[in-house]
Amino acid sequence: MGDLEAEKHVKYILSVEKKDDFESLVLEHLRMNGAYWGLTTLDLLHKLDAVDPDEVVSWMMECYHQDCGGFGGNIGHDPHLLYTLSAVQILALFDRLDVLDIEKVSDYVAGLLNEDGSFSGDIWGETDTRFSYCAICCLSILHRLDKIDVEKAVSYIVSCKNLDGGFGSIPGGESHAGQIFCCVGALAITGSLHHVDKDLLGWWLCERQCKDGGLNGRPEKLADVCYSWWVLSSLIMIDRVHWIDKDKLTRFILNCQDRENGGISDRPDNAVDVFHTYFGVAGLSLMEYPGLKSIDPAYALPVDVVNRIFFGK
Amino acid sequence: MSSSSSDDDDRIPFSRRPEWSDVRPVPQDDGPHPIVPIAYRDDFRETMDYFRAVYIADERSRRALDLTTEAIGMNPGNYTVWHFRRLVLEALNVDLHEERDFINQIAIRNSKNYQIWHHRRWVAENLGPEAADKELEFTKSILALDAKNYHAWSHRQWILLSLGGWEKELDYCCKLLEDDIFNNSAWNQRYFVITKSPVLGGLQAMRDSEVSYTVEAILANPQNESPWRYLRGLYKGDTDLLVSDNQVSDVCLKVLKTNLNYTFALSLLLDLLSYGFQPSDELKTVIEALRKTEPDSSDANLATTICSLLETVDPMRSNYWAWRKNNLPFQVC
Repeated sequence: MGDLEAEKHVKYILSVEKKDDFESLVLEHLRMNGAYWGLTTLDLLHKLDAVDPDEVVSWMMECYHQDCGGFGGNIGHDPHLLYTLSAVQILALFDRLDVLDIEKVSDYVAGLLNEDGSFSGDIWGETDTRFSYCAICCLSILHRLDKIDVEKAVSYIVSCKNLDGGFGSIPGGESHAGQIFCCVGALAITGSLHHVDKDLLGWWLCERQCKDGGLNGRPEKLADVCYSWWVLSSLIMIDRVHWIDKDKLTRFILNCQDRENGGISDRPDNAVDVFHTYFGVAGLSLMEYPGLKSIDPAYALPVDVVNRIFFGK
Repeated sequence: MSSSSSDDDDRIPFSRRPEWSDVRPVPQDDGPHPIVPIAYRDDFRETMDYFRAVYIADERSRRALDLTTEAIGMNPGNYTVWHFRRLVLEALNVDLHEERDFINQIAIRNSKNYQIWHHRRWVAENLGPEAADKELEFTKSILALDAKNYHAWSHRQWILLSLGGWEKELDYCCKLLEDDIFNNSAWNQRYFVITKSPVLGGLQAMRDSEVSYTVEAILANPQNESPWRYLRGLYKGDTDLLVSDNQVSDVCLKVLKTNLNYTFALSLLLDLLSYGFQPSDELKTVIEALRKTEPDSSDANLATTICSLLETVDPMRSNYWAWRKNNLPFQVC
């Protein structure tokens, strides 16, 4: 089974195909996310040194909005929590958090907390538990969680808990593995996992494993490689990962590789993209696939990076 | 998905449009070594160059609005264009009913796009409660194409909670479940309606009829995960109630007797036993009959027997069932 095409995936990420088609056009505004997925994957494959940190950081700082402290998805784009988190994560990868005006950035993030404990993604007010995760993860990396009313933020997340033990994007929203990762991750980071019924949620999560060994995100949906992350990291955070069949999942992920050109797709024989490449490799890392760096399930960064953040160099 | 080739042929570049002759387009600044470089089509590049010009100049004009329409047409995920569009709409005091029509046109092809849904909500918020009907209609049209679209459901829940329109919602759930009894989103919405609708009596009042409905769904397709979860939800964590209601153990028994697709029946029964349910002799006999191998000496009671059965019929989750076996409440062992 030992056939992760590591070199091919590195090549795929580094030499991004210059395709002149609609698919590539639509990624322009979320280049910050794309960079985080690509760079973190490289680091997991021990190849982060293939990239020049100075070039990355200088591009990133052009995405920074000095007036408010947030990062946009690309140069000339408005600030948003999603891209601010990715930016902070990338800087953590390169150990360059020192380039930030940490007070300014953390004030931007903290300012997006609403009265009811939810977070908005930006000044336009869309709320979603994804943003709770982005804010809490970001503030934690910056050591500024004390800028928000953590209890209020936690109680909002808990209000999104459903009877099946899962979490949705808003109170009453259908349990969905992506949202569950965000809520469980935020609760883990704030030391609030006692709000999770680990046995109940663990069972819901392990029921995501389909006959083909892959994981889906909700009952009766198809397996998708990205759930190898959302479901798996959640299971690890609640200490129930042994409830899925890891061998079958590993095989599923490996079957989603493009063994010729590198990259991983959502399911076997589909087109690859950086998003699924990252989640496939990260999922394998969570299962301790040989040759990969360990990844932290809550911060979605290599463990050595997280250790550096919290325990110094 | 992308504009058809005939659209491309008809399109006049901005550089040749007289009404844009006063504007100098601003090219994308990728920096010297773009790290995730993307090849652009010329018309996309040009449109974004002109967008950047009006964005930097903060020109909130009619032509700027039309420009955002074109940019959105090329890349509806570009959230900065949407932001700017809202600023322009506000500045021009545009009738948002028109804007709603615009969203209707592009949403079908982009039904999983966060920006469009958020923009839709912004429009609806500004239009107020009178917008409720049209919003429900709109989500219905999206769900008709993809009945599990998470954005559509979140939007629909928001409409109901903030603008109203609950009257026909349970019927709508019924219809969707008729179309596809496996639709977990519809089951989730059903629960949402039962528990939150101001026009129904609340969970307690609805429980009996809902249990009947759910039992029927389970018996039709016992391998369907959703109604089993829904059934548990109807007792809202009250394990005594769950245990004492015969309908719950009865449906487990019925499914077990068919000898087919009984995994969920076994797991619910296991939970009932863990909560103190006293099994009938009939139930014990049926379970015994399902056993395909000789009894394990460790399977001293019904609960452990069920765990062993589950390890066999649901091997993917054998670690979970083994854990259940080792963690049965003391009274059950």
